[in-house]
Amino acid sequence: MNFESELRNGNFLISECNHCKKIVWPSSEFCNECLGRNSWRKCSRTGKIIEFSKHEESYFCVAVIENSIKLIGEITSGSPKIGKKVVIIDCGIVNDNYFFKMKVLD
Amino acid sequence: MPKVAIVGYGQTKFSKDNFKIESVLQNATKNLFDSTSNLSQKDIDAVLVSTNNNSKYLSAILSEMIGIKPKIAHTIESLCNSGTNSIVAAYSYIVSGLAELVLISGAERYDSPGNILEWDNLRGEFKHPIFWASIFSKSYKRKHSLTDEDLALVSVKNHRQSIKNPYAFSQKAVSIEDVLNSKKLTDDLRLLDCSRPCTGGASILLASENICKTFTDNPVWITGIGQKTTSASFTKNSTFDKMESTKLAALHAFQMSNHTPNNIDVIEVHDAFSVCEPMALDSIGLVKEGEGIKMIKEAYLTENSKINPRGGLIGSGHPLGATGIAQTIEITQQLQSNAGKRQVDNANVGLVHNMSAAATSSTVLVLEK
Repeated sequence: MNFESELRNGNFLISECNHCKKIVWPSSEFCNECLGRNSWRKCSRTGKIIEFSKHEESYFCVAVIENSIKLIGEITSGSPKIGKKVVIIDCGIVNDNYFFKMKVLD
Repeated sequence: MPKVAIVGYGQTKFSKDNFKIESVLQNATKNLFDSTSNLSQKDIDAVLVSTNNNSKYLSAILSEMIGIKPKIAHTIESLCNSGTNSIVAAYSYIVSGLAELVLISGAERYDSPGNILEWDNLRGEFKHPIFWASIFSKSYKRKHSLTDEDLALVSVKNHRQSIKNPYAFSQKAVSIEDVLNSKKLTDDLRLLDCSRPCTGGASILLASENICKTFTDNPVWITGIGQKTTSASFTKNSTFDKMESTKLAALHAFQMSNHTPNNIDVIEVHDAFSVCEPMALDSIGLVKEGEGIKMIKEAYLTENSKINPRGGLIGSGHPLGATGIAQTIEITQQLQSNAGKRQVDNANVGLVHNMSAAATSSTVLVLEK
Protein backbone atom coordinates (compact mmCIF):
# COMPACT_ATOMS: atom_id res chain seq x y z
CA MET A 1 0.00 0.00 0.00
CA ASN A 2 1.17 3.49 -0.70
CA PHE A 3 -0.50 6.87 -0.77
CA GLU A 4 -0.55 7.38 -4.51
CA SER A 5 -1.66 3.88 -5.47
CA GLU A 6 -4.56 4.16 -3.02
CA LEU A 7 -5.47 7.66 -4.19
CA ARG A 8 -5.56 6.38 -7.76
CA ASN A 9 -8.31 4.04 -6.58
CA GLY A 10 -10.22 6.85 -4.91
CA ASN A 11 -9.01 6.07 -1.38
CA PHE A 12 -7.74 8.99 0.68
CA LEU A 13 -5.02 7.96 3.13
CA ILE A 14 -2.83 10.07 5.37
CA SER A 15 0.46 9.29 6.99
CA GLU A 16 0.58 9.25 10.78
CA CYS A 17 3.63 8.87 12.98
CA ASN A 18 3.78 5.53 14.79
CA HIS A 19 5.63 7.20 17.66
CA CYS A 20 4.11 10.66 18.33
CA LYS A 21 0.87 10.18 16.34
CA LYS A 22 1.34 13.42 14.38
CA ILE A 23 -0.45 13.52 11.03
CA VAL A 24 2.17 14.25 8.39
CA TRP A 25 1.00 15.85 5.18
CA PRO A 26 1.98 15.79 2.37
CA SER A 27 2.31 12.09 3.00
CA SER A 28 5.79 10.95 3.83
CA GLU A 29 7.74 7.98 5.18
CA PHE A 30 8.96 9.74 8.30
CA CYS A 31 7.48 12.17 10.80
CA ASN A 32 8.62 15.78 10.40
CA GLU A 33 8.40 16.30 14.17
CA CYS A 34 10.17 13.33 15.78
CA LEU A 35 11.44 11.64 12.59
CA GLY A 36 9.71 8.42 13.62
CA ARG A 37 8.38 6.07 10.95
CA ASN A 38 4.89 6.82 9.66
CA SER A 39 2.18 4.39 8.71
CA TRP A 40 -0.88 4.88 6.53
CA ARG A 41 -4.43 5.12 7.68
CA LYS A 42 -7.74 6.15 6.17
CA CYS A 43 -8.48 9.83 6.58
CA SER A 44 -11.77 11.38 7.57
CA ARG A 45 -13.57 12.69 4.51
CA THR A 46 -15.27 15.49 6.42
CA GLY A 47 -13.74 18.93 6.77
CA LYS A 48 -14.49 22.59 7.37
CA ILE A 49 -14.20 25.43 4.84
CA ILE A 50 -11.69 28.09 5.86
CA GLU A 51 -11.54 29.98 2.53
CA PHE A 52 -12.99 29.76 -0.95
CA SER A 53 -13.20 31.44 -4.33
CA LYS A 54 -14.73 30.64 -7.72
CA HIS A 55 -13.09 29.64 -11.00
CA GLU A 56 -15.33 29.79 -14.05
CA GLU A 57 -18.53 28.06 -12.91
CA SER A 58 -17.05 26.10 -10.01
CA TYR A 59 -16.24 27.09 -6.48
CA PHE A 60 -13.02 25.83 -4.92
CA CYS A 61 -12.12 25.95 -1.27
CA VAL A 62 -9.45 25.33 1.30
CA ALA A 63 -10.82 22.84 3.82
CA VAL A 64 -9.30 21.65 7.08
CA ILE A 65 -9.54 17.89 7.60
CA GLU A 66 -9.18 16.27 11.03
CA ASN A 67 -8.30 19.71 12.45
CA SER A 68 -4.90 19.21 10.92
CA ILE A 69 -4.37 19.12 7.18
CA LYS A 70 -5.57 21.67 4.65
CA LEU A 71 -6.63 20.68 1.14
CA ILE A 72 -7.80 22.59 -1.89
CA GLY A 73 -10.68 20.98 -3.71
CA GLU A 74 -13.45 21.71 -6.15
CA ILE A 75 -16.92 22.17 -4.70
CA THR A 76 -19.28 20.24 -6.93
CA SER A 77 -22.44 20.73 -4.89
CA GLY A 78 -23.73 23.37 -2.46
CA SER A 79 -22.83 26.99 -1.66
CA PRO A 80 -19.62 27.54 0.28
CA LYS A 81 -19.41 29.67 3.39
CA ILE A 82 -16.60 30.01 5.92
CA GLY A 83 -17.07 27.43 8.66
CA LYS A 84 -19.45 25.21 6.70
CA LYS A 85 -18.76 21.48 6.63
CA VAL A 86 -17.74 19.70 3.43
CA VAL A 87 -17.36 16.06 2.58
CA ILE A 88 -14.89 14.68 0.05
CA ILE A 89 -17.10 12.80 -2.39
CA ASP A 90 -14.38 11.85 -4.87
CA CYS A 91 -10.60 11.92 -5.07
CA GLY A 92 -7.96 10.50 -7.32
CA ILE A 93 -5.15 11.27 -9.75
CA VAL A 94 -5.67 12.47 -13.31
CA ASN A 95 -2.78 13.45 -15.57
CA ASP A 96 -0.42 13.20 -12.56
CA ASN A 97 -2.48 15.76 -10.61
CA TYR A 98 -4.29 14.92 -7.40
CA PHE A 99 -7.91 16.00 -7.30
CA PHE A 100 -10.42 16.32 -4.48
CA LYS A 101 -14.10 16.95 -5.13
CA MET A 102 -16.19 18.18 -2.23
CA LYS A 103 -19.85 18.66 -1.39
CA VAL A 104 -21.03 21.32 1.04
CA LEU A 105 -23.12 19.90 3.88
CA ASP A 106 -26.03 22.11 4.89
CA MET B 1 32.02 41.58 9.82
CA PRO B 2 33.56 42.56 6.44
CA LYS B 3 31.39 44.84 4.32
CA VAL B 4 29.95 43.84 0.93
CA ALA B 5 29.05 46.32 -1.80
CA ILE B 6 27.10 46.29 -5.03
CA VAL B 7 29.45 47.71 -7.65
CA GLY B 8 27.88 46.96 -11.04
CA TYR B 9 24.79 45.75 -12.84
CA GLY B 10 23.23 45.04 -16.23
CA GLN B 11 19.80 44.01 -17.50
CA THR B 12 17.91 42.97 -20.60
CA LYS B 13 14.45 44.20 -21.52
CA PHE B 14 11.76 41.89 -20.14
CA SER B 15 9.68 40.50 -23.01
CA LYS B 16 7.91 37.48 -24.46
CA ASP B 17 10.85 36.78 -26.78
CA ASN B 18 11.81 33.19 -27.50
CA PHE B 19 15.50 33.60 -26.60
CA LYS B 20 17.65 30.74 -25.35
CA ILE B 21 18.40 30.96 -21.65
CA GLU B 22 22.16 31.05 -22.35
CA SER B 23 21.67 34.06 -24.59
CA VAL B 24 19.65 35.94 -21.95
CA LEU B 25 22.35 35.27 -19.34
CA GLN B 26 25.08 36.39 -21.72
CA ASN B 27 23.27 39.60 -22.73
CA ALA B 28 22.59 40.67 -19.15
CA THR B 29 26.23 39.99 -18.23
CA LYS B 30 27.57 41.78 -21.30
CA ASN B 31 25.51 44.83 -20.28
CA LEU B 32 27.04 44.64 -16.81
CA PHE B 33 30.58 44.60 -18.26
CA ASP B 34 29.74 47.51 -20.59
CA SER B 35 28.56 49.68 -17.71
CA THR B 36 31.18 48.79 -15.08
CA SER B 37 34.53 50.59 -15.05
CA ASN B 38 37.82 48.68 -14.87
CA LEU B 39 36.16 45.26 -14.81
CA SER B 40 38.13 42.37 -16.26
CA GLN B 41 37.05 38.73 -16.52
CA LYS B 42 40.10 37.62 -14.55
CA ASP B 43 38.98 39.63 -11.50
CA ILE B 44 35.86 37.53 -10.94
CA ASP B 45 36.20 34.81 -8.30
CA ALA B 46 32.71 33.35 -8.48
CA VAL B 47 29.88 33.10 -10.99
CA LEU B 48 26.41 32.29 -9.68
CA VAL B 49 23.41 31.74 -11.94
CA SER B 50 19.87 32.25 -10.67
CA THR B 51 17.22 30.46 -12.69
CA ASN B 52 14.45 27.86 -12.69
CA ASN B 53 15.32 26.80 -16.23
CA ASN B 54 15.88 23.09 -16.73
CA SER B 55 19.17 23.53 -18.61
CA LYS B 56 22.13 22.23 -16.64
CA TYR B 57 25.59 23.58 -15.79
CA LEU B 58 24.59 27.14 -16.65
CA SER B 59 27.15 28.88 -14.44
CA ALA B 60 29.97 27.04 -16.18
CA ILE B 61 28.36 27.75 -19.56
CA LEU B 62 27.98 31.46 -18.79
CA SER B 63 31.59 31.59 -17.55
CA GLU B 64 32.76 29.99 -20.80
CA MET B 65 30.67 32.39 -22.91
CA ILE B 66 32.00 35.46 -21.08
CA GLY B 67 35.59 34.23 -20.75
CA ILE B 68 35.73 33.79 -16.98
CA LYS B 69 37.48 30.94 -15.17
CA PRO B 70 35.99 31.28 -11.69
CA LYS B 71 36.98 29.45 -8.54
CA ILE B 72 33.33 28.98 -7.65
CA ALA B 73 30.51 28.42 -10.15
CA HIS B 74 27.04 27.01 -9.59
CA THR B 75 23.32 27.55 -10.08
CA ILE B 76 20.84 28.57 -7.40
CA GLU B 77 17.14 27.76 -7.69
CA SER B 78 14.48 28.75 -5.19
CA LEU B 79 11.51 29.53 -7.46
CA CYS B 80 10.69 33.26 -7.39
CA ASN B 81 13.28 34.34 -4.81
CA SER B 82 16.19 32.62 -6.54
CA GLY B 83 17.62 36.06 -7.34
CA THR B 84 17.98 37.39 -3.81
CA ASN B 85 18.99 33.94 -2.55
CA SER B 86 21.88 34.13 -5.02
CA ILE B 87 22.80 37.57 -3.70
CA VAL B 88 22.84 36.18 -0.16
CA ALA B 89 25.08 33.31 -1.29
CA ALA B 90 27.45 35.77 -3.00
CA TYR B 91 27.50 37.93 0.13
CA SER B 92 28.44 34.86 2.18
CA TYR B 93 31.28 33.90 -0.15
CA ILE B 94 32.73 37.40 0.18
CA VAL B 95 32.31 37.65 3.96
CA SER B 96 33.89 34.21 4.40
CA GLY B 97 36.93 35.25 2.36
CA LEU B 98 36.39 32.62 -0.31
CA ALA B 99 35.80 35.34 -2.92
CA GLU B 100 36.31 39.08 -3.32
CA LEU B 101 34.31 39.68 -6.48
CA VAL B 102 31.18 37.70 -7.39
CA LEU B 103 29.11 37.93 -10.56
CA ILE B 104 25.46 36.90 -10.24
CA SER B 105 23.35 36.51 -13.33
CA GLY B 106 19.65 35.69 -13.20
CA ALA B 107 17.56 34.73 -16.20
CA GLU B 108 14.29 33.09 -17.11
CA ARG B 109 12.20 32.33 -20.17
CA TYR B 110 8.48 33.08 -20.48
CA ASP B 111 7.77 29.33 -20.37
CA SER B 112 9.68 28.68 -17.14
CA PRO B 113 8.96 25.39 -15.35
CA GLY B 114 9.16 27.42 -12.13
CA ASN B 115 5.63 28.72 -12.62
CA ILE B 116 4.18 25.48 -11.21
CA LEU B 117 5.32 23.70 -8.04
CA GLU B 118 4.79 20.00 -8.70
CA TRP B 119 5.46 19.09 -5.07
CA ASP B 120 2.43 20.95 -3.79
CA ASN B 121 -0.27 18.35 -4.24
CA LEU B 122 -2.16 19.84 -1.32
CA ARG B 123 -3.43 22.21 -3.95
CA GLY B 124 -5.09 19.31 -5.78
CA GLU B 125 -5.65 20.34 -9.37
CA PHE B 126 -5.40 24.00 -8.34
CA LYS B 127 -1.62 24.20 -8.70
CA HIS B 128 -1.38 27.34 -10.77
CA PRO B 129 -0.35 30.42 -8.72
CA ILE B 130 -3.62 32.20 -9.60
CA PHE B 131 -5.40 29.92 -7.14
CA TRP B 132 -3.30 30.72 -4.07
CA ALA B 133 -3.44 34.37 -5.11
CA SER B 134 -7.24 34.17 -5.22
CA ILE B 135 -7.36 32.69 -1.74
CA PHE B 136 -4.95 35.39 -0.46
CA SER B 137 -7.07 38.10 -2.11
CA LYS B 138 -10.32 36.79 -0.68
CA SER B 139 -8.87 36.48 2.83
CA TYR B 140 -7.15 39.86 2.79
CA LYS B 141 -10.22 41.63 1.46
CA ARG B 142 -12.44 40.01 4.07
CA LYS B 143 -10.06 40.68 6.97
CA HIS B 144 -9.60 44.35 6.13
CA SER B 145 -12.95 45.17 4.47
CA LEU B 146 -11.38 45.91 1.08
CA THR B 147 -12.83 45.68 -2.42
CA ASP B 148 -11.52 44.51 -5.79
CA GLU B 149 -11.29 48.19 -6.69
CA ASP B 150 -8.98 48.85 -3.73
CA LEU B 151 -6.60 46.09 -4.84
CA ALA B 152 -6.80 47.18 -8.50
CA LEU B 153 -4.99 50.38 -7.54
CA VAL B 154 -1.79 48.37 -7.08
CA SER B 155 -1.84 47.41 -10.74
CA VAL B 156 -2.74 50.95 -11.84
CA LYS B 157 0.14 52.43 -9.82
CA ASN B 158 2.68 49.87 -10.94
CA HIS B 159 1.74 50.09 -14.62
CA ARG B 160 2.09 53.86 -14.37
CA GLN B 161 5.55 53.50 -12.84
CA SER B 162 6.76 50.86 -15.29
CA ILE B 163 6.40 53.35 -18.16
CA LYS B 164 9.50 55.06 -16.75
CA ASN B 165 11.44 51.77 -16.69
CA PRO B 166 13.00 51.04 -20.10
CA TYR B 167 13.47 47.36 -19.19
CA ALA B 168 9.84 46.78 -18.16
CA PHE B 169 7.55 44.40 -20.01
CA SER B 170 4.60 46.81 -19.81
CA GLN B 171 4.89 50.31 -21.22
CA LYS B 172 1.20 51.09 -20.97
CA ALA B 173 -0.87 52.84 -18.31
CA VAL B 174 -4.07 51.18 -17.15
CA SER B 175 -7.09 52.51 -15.23
CA ILE B 176 -9.06 50.99 -12.37
CA GLU B 177 -11.76 50.15 -14.92
CA ASP B 178 -9.20 48.46 -17.18
CA VAL B 179 -8.14 46.22 -14.28
CA LEU B 180 -11.69 45.41 -13.19
CA ASN B 181 -12.75 44.74 -16.79
CA SER B 182 -9.74 42.63 -17.69
CA LYS B 183 -10.20 38.88 -18.06
CA LYS B 184 -11.74 37.38 -14.95
CA LEU B 185 -9.51 34.48 -13.89
CA THR B 186 -11.42 33.77 -10.68
CA ASP B 187 -14.00 35.64 -8.61
CA ASP B 188 -11.10 37.35 -6.80
CA LEU B 189 -8.50 37.88 -9.51
CA ARG B 190 -8.37 39.63 -12.89
CA LEU B 191 -5.64 39.29 -15.51
CA LEU B 192 -4.30 42.78 -14.75
CA ASP B 193 -3.94 41.84 -11.08
CA CYS B 194 -1.20 39.41 -12.13
CA SER B 195 2.48 39.72 -12.94
CA ARG B 196 3.27 38.07 -16.27
CA PRO B 197 5.84 35.32 -16.81
CA CYS B 198 8.37 36.65 -19.29
CA THR B 199 11.84 36.34 -20.73
CA GLY B 200 14.49 38.51 -19.13
CA GLY B 201 17.86 38.73 -17.46
CA ALA B 202 19.53 40.76 -14.73
CA SER B 203 23.15 40.64 -13.57
CA ILE B 204 24.77 42.21 -10.54
CA LEU B 205 28.34 42.42 -9.25
CA LEU B 206 29.21 42.17 -5.54
CA ALA B 207 32.62 43.12 -4.15
CA SER B 208 34.49 43.20 -0.86
CA GLU B 209 35.18 46.56 0.75
CA ASN B 210 38.88 46.13 -0.14
CA ILE B 211 38.32 46.31 -3.88
CA CYS B 212 34.93 47.96 -4.40
CA LYS B 213 36.34 51.41 -5.26
CA THR B 214 38.12 49.88 -8.26
CA PHE B 215 34.75 49.60 -10.00
CA THR B 216 32.61 52.48 -8.74
CA ASP B 217 32.76 55.70 -6.76
CA ASN B 218 29.26 54.99 -5.45
CA PRO B 219 29.17 51.53 -3.90
CA VAL B 220 25.87 50.51 -2.34
CA TRP B 221 26.23 48.43 0.80
CA ILE B 222 24.24 45.37 1.75
CA THR B 223 23.76 45.98 5.45
CA GLY B 224 20.81 43.77 6.30
CA ILE B 225 19.81 40.26 5.26
CA GLY B 226 16.84 38.25 6.46
CA GLN B 227 15.60 34.96 5.11
CA LYS B 228 12.87 32.67 6.32
CA THR B 229 11.29 29.55 4.89
CA THR B 230 8.21 28.39 6.77
CA SER B 231 7.27 25.48 4.46
CA ALA B 232 7.03 24.55 0.79
CA SER B 233 3.28 24.05 0.53
CA PHE B 234 0.75 26.86 0.18
CA THR B 235 -1.79 25.46 2.62
CA LYS B 236 0.85 25.23 5.36
CA ASN B 237 0.54 29.01 5.74
CA SER B 238 -1.04 29.60 9.13
CA THR B 239 -3.23 32.38 7.69
CA PHE B 240 -3.92 33.63 4.17
CA ASP B 241 -4.04 37.34 5.01
CA LYS B 242 -0.43 37.91 6.00
CA MET B 243 3.05 36.73 5.04
CA GLU B 244 4.66 35.05 8.03
CA SER B 245 7.97 34.32 6.31
CA THR B 246 8.20 37.95 5.17
CA LYS B 247 7.55 39.26 8.67
CA LEU B 248 10.37 37.12 10.10
CA ALA B 249 12.80 37.84 7.26
CA ALA B 250 12.20 41.59 7.61
CA LEU B 251 12.72 41.43 11.35
CA HIS B 252 16.10 39.75 10.86
CA ALA B 253 17.15 42.21 8.14
CA PHE B 254 16.24 45.21 10.30
CA GLN B 255 18.10 43.74 13.28
CA MET B 256 21.23 43.12 11.23
CA SER B 257 21.21 46.58 9.65
CA ASN B 258 20.26 48.49 12.80
CA HIS B 259 17.49 50.16 10.87
CA THR B 260 13.75 50.27 11.48
CA PRO B 261 10.90 50.39 8.97
CA ASN B 262 10.75 54.16 9.56
CA ASN B 263 14.19 54.58 8.00
CA ILE B 264 13.27 53.03 4.65
CA ASP B 265 13.16 55.62 1.85
CA VAL B 266 12.47 53.35 -1.12
CA ILE B 267 11.23 49.78 -1.35
CA GLU B 268 10.85 46.98 -3.88
CA VAL B 269 8.19 44.47 -2.81
CA HIS B 270 7.21 41.23 -4.48
CA ASP B 271 3.85 42.09 -6.08
CA ALA B 272 3.41 38.83 -7.95
CA PHE B 273 -0.31 39.66 -7.65
CA SER B 274 -2.03 42.89 -6.54
CA VAL B 275 -2.83 41.60 -3.08
CA CYS B 276 0.83 40.78 -2.41
CA GLU B 277 1.88 44.44 -2.32
CA PRO B 278 -0.26 45.59 0.64
CA MET B 279 0.29 42.26 2.39
CA ALA B 280 4.04 42.70 2.07
CA LEU B 281 3.95 46.31 3.32
CA ASP B 282 1.97 45.11 6.36
CA SER B 283 4.21 42.14 7.03
CA ILE B 284 7.46 44.07 6.66
CA GLY B 285 6.13 46.50 9.28
CA LEU B 286 6.09 49.62 7.12
CA VAL B 287 2.47 50.15 8.20
CA LYS B 288 0.13 48.68 10.78
CA GLU B 289 -1.54 45.44 9.75
CA GLY B 290 -4.22 46.15 7.16
CA GLU B 291 -2.98 49.63 6.24
CA GLY B 292 -0.90 48.62 3.21
CA ILE B 293 -3.59 49.81 0.81
CA LYS B 294 -3.77 53.17 2.59
CA MET B 295 -0.01 53.62 2.07
CA ILE B 296 -0.36 52.64 -1.60
CA LYS B 297 -3.25 55.08 -2.12
CA GLU B 298 -1.29 57.92 -0.58
CA ALA B 299 1.74 57.15 -2.73
CA TYR B 300 -0.42 56.98 -5.85
CA LEU B 301 -2.30 60.21 -5.21
CA THR B 302 0.86 62.17 -4.37
CA GLU B 303 2.78 60.60 -7.30
CA ASN B 304 5.39 59.31 -4.87
CA SER B 305 7.01 56.27 -6.47
CA LYS B 306 8.82 55.00 -3.36
CA ILE B 307 6.91 51.66 -3.49
CA ASN B 308 8.07 49.62 -6.49
CA PRO B 309 9.51 52.52 -8.50
CA ARG B 310 10.44 50.30 -11.48
CA GLY B 311 6.80 49.17 -11.76
CA GLY B 312 6.96 46.08 -9.57
CA LEU B 313 6.51 42.61 -10.96
CA ILE B 314 3.07 43.58 -12.30
CA GLY B 315 4.46 46.37 -14.46
CA SER B 316 7.96 45.06 -15.17
CA GLY B 317 7.11 41.40 -15.76
CA HIS B 318 8.30 38.44 -13.72
CA PRO B 319 11.17 36.40 -15.17
CA LEU B 320 11.52 34.42 -11.95
CA GLY B 321 15.30 33.98 -11.66
CA ALA B 322 15.96 37.57 -12.71
CA THR B 323 13.30 39.26 -10.59
CA GLY B 324 15.10 39.54 -7.24
CA ILE B 325 18.24 40.78 -8.99
CA ALA B 326 16.30 43.39 -10.99
CA GLN B 327 14.64 44.55 -7.75
CA THR B 328 18.06 44.91 -6.12
CA ILE B 329 19.42 46.81 -9.13
CA GLU B 330 16.51 49.25 -8.84
CA ILE B 331 17.23 50.02 -5.19
CA THR B 332 20.94 50.34 -6.00
CA GLN B 333 20.20 52.87 -8.73
CA GLN B 334 17.87 54.77 -6.42
CA LEU B 335 20.54 55.00 -3.70
CA GLN B 336 23.12 56.10 -6.27
CA SER B 337 20.72 58.83 -7.47
CA ASN B 338 20.96 57.15 -10.84
CA ALA B 339 17.34 56.12 -11.44
CA GLY B 340 16.52 58.82 -13.99
CA LYS B 341 12.80 59.62 -14.24
CA ARG B 342 12.07 57.08 -11.51
CA GLN B 343 14.30 58.77 -8.94
CA VAL B 344 12.83 59.01 -5.44
CA ASP B 345 13.89 62.07 -3.42
CA ASN B 346 16.38 61.65 -0.57
CA ALA B 347 16.87 57.91 -1.02
CA ASN B 348 19.49 56.85 1.54
CA VAL B 349 18.23 53.48 2.74
CA GLY B 350 16.28 50.98 0.63
CA LEU B 351 14.70 47.57 1.07
CA VAL B 352 14.18 44.60 -1.28
CA HIS B 353 11.49 41.99 -0.61
CA ASN B 354 11.49 38.87 -2.77
CA MET B 355 9.44 35.74 -2.03
CA SER B 356 8.48 32.33 -3.33
CA ALA B 357 5.49 30.04 -3.58
CA ALA B 358 2.70 31.90 -1.77
CA ALA B 359 5.12 33.47 0.69
CA THR B 360 6.30 30.16 2.06
CA SER B 361 9.83 31.60 1.69
CA SER B 362 10.98 35.23 1.79
CA THR B 363 14.21 37.14 1.49
CA VAL B 364 14.60 40.75 2.64
CA LEU B 365 17.67 42.88 1.96
CA VAL B 366 18.46 46.31 3.41
CA LEU B 367 20.74 48.42 1.21
CA GLU B 368 22.32 51.80 1.94
CA LYS B 369 24.69 54.37 0.52
